[in-house]
Amino acid sequence: MNVSIIGLGQTEVKEMWDTSIRHLAWYAIEAALDDAHISKVDALYVGNMLSGELSQQNHLGALVADFAGMRGVEAVTVEAADASGGMALRQAILAVKSGLVETALAVGVEKMTDQTGSAVTAAMAYGLDADYEAMQGLTLAGMGALLMRRYMFEHGLDVADFAGFSVNAHANGAANPLAMFRNRLKPERFASAPLVADPVNLFDMAPAADGAAAVIVTSREKAMDMVPQPVEIAGSAVATDTIALHDRRDVLWLQAAATSVQKALAQAGVTTEEIDLFELHDSFTVLAALSLEAAGFAGRGEGWMLARDGEIGRNGRIPISTFGGLKARGNPMGATGMYQIVEVARQLRGQAGECQVEGAKVGMAQNLGTNGATAVTHILRVAE
Amino acid sequence: MEVSRHWRLQAQRYQLVGETCDSCGVKLFPPRDVCLECEAPAQELYTFTGLGEIYSYTTIYDAPAGFEHNAPYMVALIKLEEGPLVTAQLTDMDPSEAQIGMPVEMVTRKLRTDGEEGMIVYGYKFRPAVKELTAV
Repeated sequence: MNVSIIGLGQTEVKEMWDTSIRHLAWYAIEAALDDAHISKVDALYVGNMLSGELSQQNHLGALVADFAGMRGVEAVTVEAADASGGMALRQAILAVKSGLVETALAVGVEKMTDQTGSAVTAAMAYGLDADYEAMQGLTLAGMGALLMRRYMFEHGLDVADFAGFSVNAHANGAANPLAMFRNRLKPERFASAPLVADPVNLFDMAPAADGAAAVIVTSREKAMDMVPQPVEIAGSAVATDTIALHDRRDVLWLQAAATSVQKALAQAGVTTEEIDLFELHDSFTVLAALSLEAAGFAGRGEGWMLARDGEIGRNGRIPISTFGGLKARGNPMGATGMYQIVEVARQLRGQAGECQVEGAKVGMAQNLGTNGATAVTHILRVAE
Repeated sequence: MEVSRHWRLQAQRYQLVGETCDSCGVKLFPPRDVCLECEAPAQELYTFTGLGEIYSYTTIYDAPAGFEHNAPYMVALIKLEEGPLVTAQLTDMDPSEAQIGMPVEMVTRKLRTDGEEGMIVYGYKFRPAVKELTAV
């Protein structure tokens, strides 16, 4: 694609009562600028879902540019529900690829804790169909539950059959100093966790939290001169599906996820066998299973078996959620997709510490909006 | 709450008025003007019978603002006898009774309120079927 990553930044993911949305964004941007050894960029893309609803603050492009000492720079907010982060990177890539922008910074930021309780639950449902889903009282967790119940029904499964996803996520999160949850999860405790939306329980669902992550991209030629370890963007693709689950011809098939993976693989000229790790959108365990199926790592109805059989661990066939995933690293909605990119890039640089997937050369990140109504897939590769 | 936003959906909320595609004949709910199947214009109104069966369901414990007083409550995907799925609350039943494939029918109920002085939004919910499925 002739676009490379030259800078990475991220904050811890947790409840940060003393930190505002502008500070969160700045901390990630500052880290990314330091990492790239530069002080400014030509364009700024801010991925965010909920600042208007939870912090009464829109216009994040100007706000973040101003606060980050980049007054005057082109800047805009990118919104695609919990796919906002991945989509912000997509815009940065398009900008650089167009030739109109030399160096672009994409930051995903979400400030979840300016409100609490039912207000946050309502806001998280803003990515659903307001008139025909949310107005019936459906929540994001409820959406995950409708998918999970049907998946269990069609494939004859119990809640405990999904345990492997969260056990893996927590095992990896335990090795990530920035993760929200660093405790290991006992498989036998999984199915008895308190219910959020039956059958989705607290151990199925990723926790909402504050966080920000940033990535700086520029052309491949320029990147080679700027940093010792540029990471190449080998594939970048977006697809959409019906916004409401009830309008899907096949509720248990993530068509947008499948389409975006196929496009990204074709751009990168690789097959799924060559993908060394996959940061997928495990906001619910069932979405992890469905994402593995849509990407082609498992047959239909067999995604959960990869978790059961230990294929998703660091040394498994397809390592996922290598820094804890949404489940254990935490899910700052509009920032989540940017964490995925930072994590894949760290793996490819060999800077993943205890989370390192040995010899990782090609990594894939997929960021979903709600139930896969938006799917953003990126394939990153060690620069040759 | 936004009065006009709910007022303009009264035919859908109270009567399950959707559409039939002029081109391929598929029935659509919610109405969407461009057919989901063949992408031709679909603007002929069709009132659904309100009969169907449960396709998937959940009980929501962590309720969003405006629904707290109902929690826990059940939301389902209902497969209408004409074909489409619709997202709706289940009512007049205990969560332990629900199962996939269970026949249900539409009723009109209070969806949410907005405080003592605010608007009350009514709309469709589904309950265990009293009527038999009709042949469509």
